[in-house]
Amino acid sequence: MDLRVNICGVELKNPITTASGTFGFGHEYGEFFNLSMLGGVGVKGLTPTERLGNPAPRIAETPMGILNCVGLQNPGIDRFIEEQIPFLRQYDTKIIANVSGNTVEEYCGMIEKISDADVDLIEMNISCPNVKCGGMAFGTQPKMVEEVVSAAKRYAKKPLIVKLSPNVTDIAEIARVAVDSGADALSLINTLLGMRIDVDSRKPILSNVMGGMSGPAVLPIAVRMVYQVRQAVDVPIIGMGGIRTGRDIVEMMLAGADAIAIGTAMFADPMAPVKALDELKAYMQQHGIEKVTELTGAVQL
Amino acid sequence: MATQEICRVVSNTEVGTGLFALTMEAPVLCAQAQPGQFVHITCGEGNLLRRPISICDVQDDKMVVVFQVKGDGTAWLAKRREGDTLDVLGTLGQGFQMEQLGARPVFIGGGIGVPPMLMTLRAAKENGAQPEAILGFRSKNMVILEDAFRALAETHICTDDGSYGVPGFVTDILKMHAHEFTSICACGPKPMLRAIAQIAEEQNIPCQVSMEERMGCGIGACLVCACELKLRDGEEGVRYGHVCKDGPVFDSKEVVW
Repeated sequence: MDLRVNICGVELKNPITTASGTFGFGHEYGEFFNLSMLGGVGVKGLTPTERLGNPAPRIAETPMGILNCVGLQNPGIDRFIEEQIPFLRQYDTKIIANVSGNTVEEYCGMIEKISDADVDLIEMNISCPNVKCGGMAFGTQPKMVEEVVSAAKRYAKKPLIVKLSPNVTDIAEIARVAVDSGADALSLINTLLGMRIDVDSRKPILSNVMGGMSGPAVLPIAVRMVYQVRQAVDVPIIGMGGIRTGRDIVEMMLAGADAIAIGTAMFADPMAPVKALDELKAYMQQHGIEKVTELTGAVQL
Repeated sequence: MATQEICRVVSNTEVGTGLFALTMEAPVLCAQAQPGQFVHITCGEGNLLRRPISICDVQDDKMVVVFQVKGDGTAWLAKRREGDTLDVLGTLGQGFQMEQLGARPVFIGGGIGVPPMLMTLRAAKENGAQPEAILGFRSKNMVILEDAFRALAETHICTDDGSYGVPGFVTDILKMHAHEFTSICACGPKPMLRAIAQIAEEQNIPCQVSMEERMGCGIGACLVCACELKLRDGEEGVRYGHVCKDGPVFDSKEVVW
């Protein structure tokens, strides 16, 4: 059984990666399973300097999902390079560095710096709903996507994955613009903008009023968007949003994903990626599938 | 070390209005549990997030947790019966620093903050200290664990509405006796902890507080349970610690109140 997938020349031993923002830098989940079983590790979103993030409460619950407004709390790119890359390199897995900025210049600087670090893939986050500047503001308007991606691409010496926001009218259009501007691959979806109100106090639960929704509840939206983007562009797609099980992975790949990421599901079960890998293998065995890549885009209409 | 254990429920009884004491077989978790730590329990299929619940007591391979029914998740947990199994992560977080307690520590619990003080007080006593307890509850029907505390230490009980014990707040009792104590450990609602921290500061008594915040992963990866802390070197400004990994127990001087 061949589980390998190829993202822009980088070979992942299997299609399972972790979604940025749900996995820290791997230390915590590394206590539950060997990170070397993952195809790749998507690390917490990085910014040029340390970010404190938003005040608590940063999380609200919804049936089969959560909303968060962490606000990109991270130690800054320099400390990531110094302290975290050596830790992650102990494991036989690919490092996907997720970077953000407030301005086009900051994105360029981040991508230049991370290109020279020992990472395998760069994921450019133009879709964070929880920061005032940058983030989602760049990812929801085609003109802005074109400007920031084409500028950033000039500094990228590693494959550049652009992470798309689902909070748009036409995801296929945004995907096309990102690819035409130089994206080597796409990842989707980031979280969906949502809101919850405590009806007793009549106050929003999240400190930031609104936050990004993730978890199993969003899987159908993610599958739909990956399917639409697969019809629109030819670059590799990392599909994410609500994946919990091996069958969810298969579904996302049938819609058009080359690889996938698991995120929120780990909050419920830290072993989710390990179990999902076993389930994926069982599915392939049961259906006589030799190469996992056969699944990509194989939905039958 | 965070571990996932499937635990068999031994008993689950209502010990006060909406308050349940659940005992489960948890040999792995019991062997590593430290006073002030918590466990993170899956509460039904529909609730994605686990519920963080402080460890009340450990006896051999049995762990006791006491929780209050607040929503769907804890309501589900209240319905578990002997023989049911629970998916539990633990034991999590930084508990109380026991070596800092001195000879006469006082353990203060408010409401659902009372349970974790039991294991902590017992551990202090086993270390040779002469502990005391101050426990506050909203009213008589919410009083829990009184006998367990009284069996171990001198225990003061107060209720907000005066329906049992001394009428008033734990801080009223603390103020009268504070000079007798070498340190304070406290868990309860934030306003109570803030008032205790202030008394501790005024009287120069070391004070550790167990904080609460809406939590996600419980192990320090998702960064949602942020707690505002002072900068380490006394500089102006704040940093965010995380209740699940850096806490739940913090030095009261570290917390931005």
